[in-house]
Amino acid sequence: MEMVNIKINGMPLSVPAGSTILEAARQHGIEIPTLCYLREINEIGACRICVVEVVGMRNLVAACVYPVAEGMEILTNSKRVFASRKTNLELILSTHNRSCLSCVRSGNCELQKLCKDFRIYDETLYDGEKPASDYDDSAVHMVRDNSKCVLCRRCAAACAKWQDVAVIGPNGRGFNTHIGTAFNQNLSDVACVSCGQCIVVCPTGALSEKDNTKDVWRALSDPTKHVIVQTAPSIRVTLGEAFGMHIGTNVEGKMVAALRRLGFDGVYDTDFAADMTIVEEANELVERIKNGGKLPMITSCSPGWVKYCEHYYPEFTENLSSCKSPQQMFGALAKTWYAEKTGIDPKDIFVVGIMPCTAKKFETKREDESASGYPDVDVSLTTRELARMIERAGMYLPKLPDEEFDAPLGTSTGAGVIFGATGGVMEAALRTAKEWITGESGETVEFQEVRGTEGIKEASYQIGDLKLNVCVASGLKNAKKVLESVKSGEKEYHFIEIMGCPGGCVNGGGQPVQQAAVRNFIDLKARRAAALYENDKNKPIRKSHENPVVKEVYETYLGSYGSHKAHEILHTSYKKRNRF
Amino acid sequence: MYRSHVLVCGGTGCTSSGSERIIAALEHEIQENGLTEEIKVIKTGCFGLCALGPIMIVYPEGAFYSMVKPEDIPEIVSEHLLKGRIVTRLLYQETVQEDTVKSLNHTQFYAKQKRVALKNCGVIDPENINEYIGLNGYMALGKVLTEMTPEQVIQTIKDSGLRGRGGGGFPTGTKWSFAAAQPAGQKYVCCNADEGDPGAFMDRSVLEGDPHVVLEAMAIAGYAIGANQGYIYVRAEYPIAVKRLEIAIGQARENGLLGKDILGTGFDFDIELRLGAGAFVCGEETALMTSIEGRRGEPRPRPPFPAVKGLFERPTVLNNVETYANIPQIILNGADWFASMGTEKSKGTKVFALGGKINNTGLVEVPMGTTLREIVEEIGGGIPNGKKFKAAQTGGPSGGCIPASLIDIPVDYDNLISIGSMMGSGGLIVMDEDTCMVDIAKFFLEFTVDESCGKCTPCRIGTKRLLEILDKITKGKGTLEDLDKMEELCYHIKANSLCGLGQSAPNPVLSTLKYFRDEYVAHIVDKKCPAGVCKALLNFTIDPEKCRGCTLCARACPADAISGSVKQPHVIDPAKCLKCGACMEKCKFGAIYKK
Amino acid sequence: MKSLAELQALRDSMKGKIGVRDDAEGNTRVVIGMATCGIAAGARPVLAAFTEEVSKRNLQNVTIAQTGCIGICQYEPVVEVFEPGKEKVTYVKMTPEMAVKVVNEHLVNGNIVTEYTIGAKTK
Repeated sequence: MEMVNIKINGMPLSVPAGSTILEAARQHGIEIPTLCYLREINEIGACRICVVEVVGMRNLVAACVYPVAEGMEILTNSKRVFASRKTNLELILSTHNRSCLSCVRSGNCELQKLCKDFRIYDETLYDGEKPASDYDDSAVHMVRDNSKCVLCRRCAAACAKWQDVAVIGPNGRGFNTHIGTAFNQNLSDVACVSCGQCIVVCPTGALSEKDNTKDVWRALSDPTKHVIVQTAPSIRVTLGEAFGMHIGTNVEGKMVAALRRLGFDGVYDTDFAADMTIVEEANELVERIKNGGKLPMITSCSPGWVKYCEHYYPEFTENLSSCKSPQQMFGALAKTWYAEKTGIDPKDIFVVGIMPCTAKKFETKREDESASGYPDVDVSLTTRELARMIERAGMYLPKLPDEEFDAPLGTSTGAGVIFGATGGVMEAALRTAKEWITGESGETVEFQEVRGTEGIKEASYQIGDLKLNVCVASGLKNAKKVLESVKSGEKEYHFIEIMGCPGGCVNGGGQPVQQAAVRNFIDLKARRAAALYENDKNKPIRKSHENPVVKEVYETYLGSYGSHKAHEILHTSYKKRNRF
Repeated sequence: MYRSHVLVCGGTGCTSSGSERIIAALEHEIQENGLTEEIKVIKTGCFGLCALGPIMIVYPEGAFYSMVKPEDIPEIVSEHLLKGRIVTRLLYQETVQEDTVKSLNHTQFYAKQKRVALKNCGVIDPENINEYIGLNGYMALGKVLTEMTPEQVIQTIKDSGLRGRGGGGFPTGTKWSFAAAQPAGQKYVCCNADEGDPGAFMDRSVLEGDPHVVLEAMAIAGYAIGANQGYIYVRAEYPIAVKRLEIAIGQARENGLLGKDILGTGFDFDIELRLGAGAFVCGEETALMTSIEGRRGEPRPRPPFPAVKGLFERPTVLNNVETYANIPQIILNGADWFASMGTEKSKGTKVFALGGKINNTGLVEVPMGTTLREIVEEIGGGIPNGKKFKAAQTGGPSGGCIPASLIDIPVDYDNLISIGSMMGSGGLIVMDEDTCMVDIAKFFLEFTVDESCGKCTPCRIGTKRLLEILDKITKGKGTLEDLDKMEELCYHIKANSLCGLGQSAPNPVLSTLKYFRDEYVAHIVDKKCPAGVCKALLNFTIDPEKCRGCTLCARACPADAISGSVKQPHVIDPAKCLKCGACMEKCKFGAIYKK
Repeated sequence: MKSLAELQALRDSMKGKIGVRDDAEGNTRVVIGMATCGIAAGARPVLAAFTEEVSKRNLQNVTIAQTGCIGICQYEPVVEVFEPGKEKVTYVKMTPEMAVKVVNEHLVNGNIVTEYTIGAKTK
């Protein structure tokens, strides 16, 4: 690698040519604060918080985008630099809704941290007219409060560059610039896929999930309700982050303990429903291949992806597996099989999902998702909302004991666990499909080719007489690439797994927010996914069709895989949605 | 063969003062008099003396008729065109001589001018490529393609000392050499025709009057850097320029001067137009390219510079219209010819758009280093109504005010920077003693606040806060601390903004603070606007000695603020007065004062 | 256009056509009296002849202009030739044929056509 010699704060350093001042400084342990910078997708030099002095230059430069050059002398901590950053912060504060005490991001707000670091003592210094700001809570899954927006545009970058959706972006100009949809329509009226990636990259409280915790509190305090909770596979490896634990810590036992202490009547695992999904979906795949059905079949577990497909690629809705997502299968079975088994009237069963996802909120409101006549799932909370409930109840997660999920809906396999990472559904399905097609119980359960955080992965497996071509994509920009290659005939797959968020559910829009300072330099998806694969490895049962409760459900209730009853309860339908 | 050519200005100024009707009347009269075979009417680009429009010149005499009305046409045709008697009464006064017509070049307006960029404006029919060719058009392109290497072209431009006329003044040859040094592959040549400074219209005039010069120069640049595609980014608000460019590109293609294998040399070059919606920031080079790419026109950080990574991330040369207008002549006449004009570091000429409180408003082109006094007093004909020169504003919203004490400064890039202004694209607004400098600063800042793209913090919020402080001061509510706060904020915005727009936005405030601080202080401490402009600080009063009680003022007052009985002195109630000045205009006795 | 030579040829043919707009000093000016008296005596064909011939011979530094009554109406059509630094030459009672000769003899070769001048006619 070509290196150049520079000086930072007088220290002579050798750094890679072509790196930015920010990267070069960081390599040598010198931190430069940032606000708008998001590595790879938002390198725009807009907020001017990362400004530094370059000796000999009249103006300050933005460290996040300015490349180093041989002989460059940089000052990152001079008086002028501090004063400039401070004034930029004060200017931002003059337009900011400073109701920090009640803000959802209080304590985890990047602007708040910067103000603290730079000792802003007069937050009203540059007060004047505030730009008009809209408050949009039209969407099911989130709220946009532009009075707290700092116009860093990280949300717009995530929406456009990760998801290729670009439903929000800067409107207007100058002082009236604001983030909004085209023609400032309601978010509910545009082709937003509800993925929530904008929320997890927002530095402030301008974007947040729609808080449904009060609905859950109300149900919990209602003696007539049998309130049960299910936790998605990825929650156990991310919830700890909200309590300051290391990224990638599995807190399954403590999470169960917390939920039980919150007063849920049954603490169950979506992993069980994931196993259900696999057997139902693997069966669907085998049927489609055998009977000349629509191929490639594409997974339908990710509601952000499903909504994207309906808006942007309606011609592919027939390719979607008709299986409900694990969250919905759980709810459907809870209010039918489980209701019957426990003798509780389904109208009194209140199902709460703890999901890594904001689109799951939208999913609960979809049509054709009420197997019992009542909505399969009553409330879907994000990981963040659960963390807030735990905090409010006065519990400190790291100190809780490890407890076990309840039976019967808490019994799961390793295949269900890995649903939370990109490639996990594919791998779980392959574990089952392979055995079904070949009729042999194999020892190998790991399909390394479909693991990893790359956006698009391909593999071919010889299973019996069939050469099965599969593809795994995460992030909708990658999904688009795959769909286009299928559409053009360039690629032929039998089975495609698509997750709406880059890296899958572990990096979902409902996960704990990690500040850009962390996100920019640590691969969250990889660390969180590693914890899931570790969990899978240690599970006694690693194939969905071997889950004893799954077997019981089919034997005692549904009959066979893909039976008429299974279809009524576990399958759903899709529709074309408008793009504009 | 025509014995006489009548050139009528078809620039935007004269078009709006009615030159189209003049042309129609001329053609009609010429027909009536049976002169169609002898007299040719040509619609040209701008002559520069826009204040006197519509303008026409009759050659070979060079008779310069100004403020022509359609009803004057029969007389001009029968007297001048038929009988050869110049209609003196309609001539531009300065050109009237005892027995003959004085050449336009000898008038005060034109005498000190040196037309290089504007050479063909007002001389040729811009919609006829042959006229451009007749005046050596495309010969420079022919020369570089057949006689020069790209390196020689760049060296010639470097040697000429030409600097960018868009405002920054970066050496053009150096810019080209950077793009030329990039590895071969797709490269682009762009023309910035997104002229946006209030009052500046030299680029429009070149595009309207001599569009081919831009095409020729872009092709030369393409040859020099190894590009075969050009884009002209022009404001959609310049319909005449757009139309003429479209015609010119079409004609150049038909004649094989754009397209494949130009003049049989194997060099390919073509040009496309891109229309901008008129956002000021799109004149900033990176924003302009972002806009051409079809995205929201916002600046992006530099480096990488356009010469390395420009349009569509490819090496790109971007120059403005006036810069290009100099190129063919530099190639034909040589670098030394060009470098012989101007000052040590600023070579050649510069076009200025004279505006504001000056007699000859219009376009002037002078050698670099001409003093502000020559431009204002001689070429511009001084200040109307015998008022005193107070300041000149150059560089538009990015520039600053030059006070009367510096009127003898030779105008070039570096001198203007040194006194806190800048060349900018060449707007030159003259102010007299009735101009309030705080109000001027506010005017320009309102412009930048409106035109800020909103991307970076200092420009988006900082300029707005500056404007709020200025507004407070003009309303008499400012404090002396505000001046310090404002100055600090100015320096902050300059040092921290992402692009040139923000980095220069505070200049109007800083330069007025520097040269006219006392006016700011008067607003703050004495609660007075010395120039009598800031309404909140004005009081209208009626002198009882002079008032005859005619009641005209009371009837004119929209706010019922004036009371008094007939034939008795009237009184203005300051609490009700809106300070609109209607009473003062109506008073026949000069009894109403504002102070 | 496929070569520089073609471009040059077009340029040269155009030069004559727009040379009329060149009012540079140093040009020879041919001024034709075009008042009522001149027109009545036939000044217009004379003017046309001058224009044609000058263009045909591609004379670059000649300006053809018209003026009003020169004051010697009995000699119309009157044509005055002003050469820089030389005495004015006045031709009288001109015809288109004479005009052609003046162009060829006087303007091209520099020999004044004495027999057409006012001096010869008033003798």
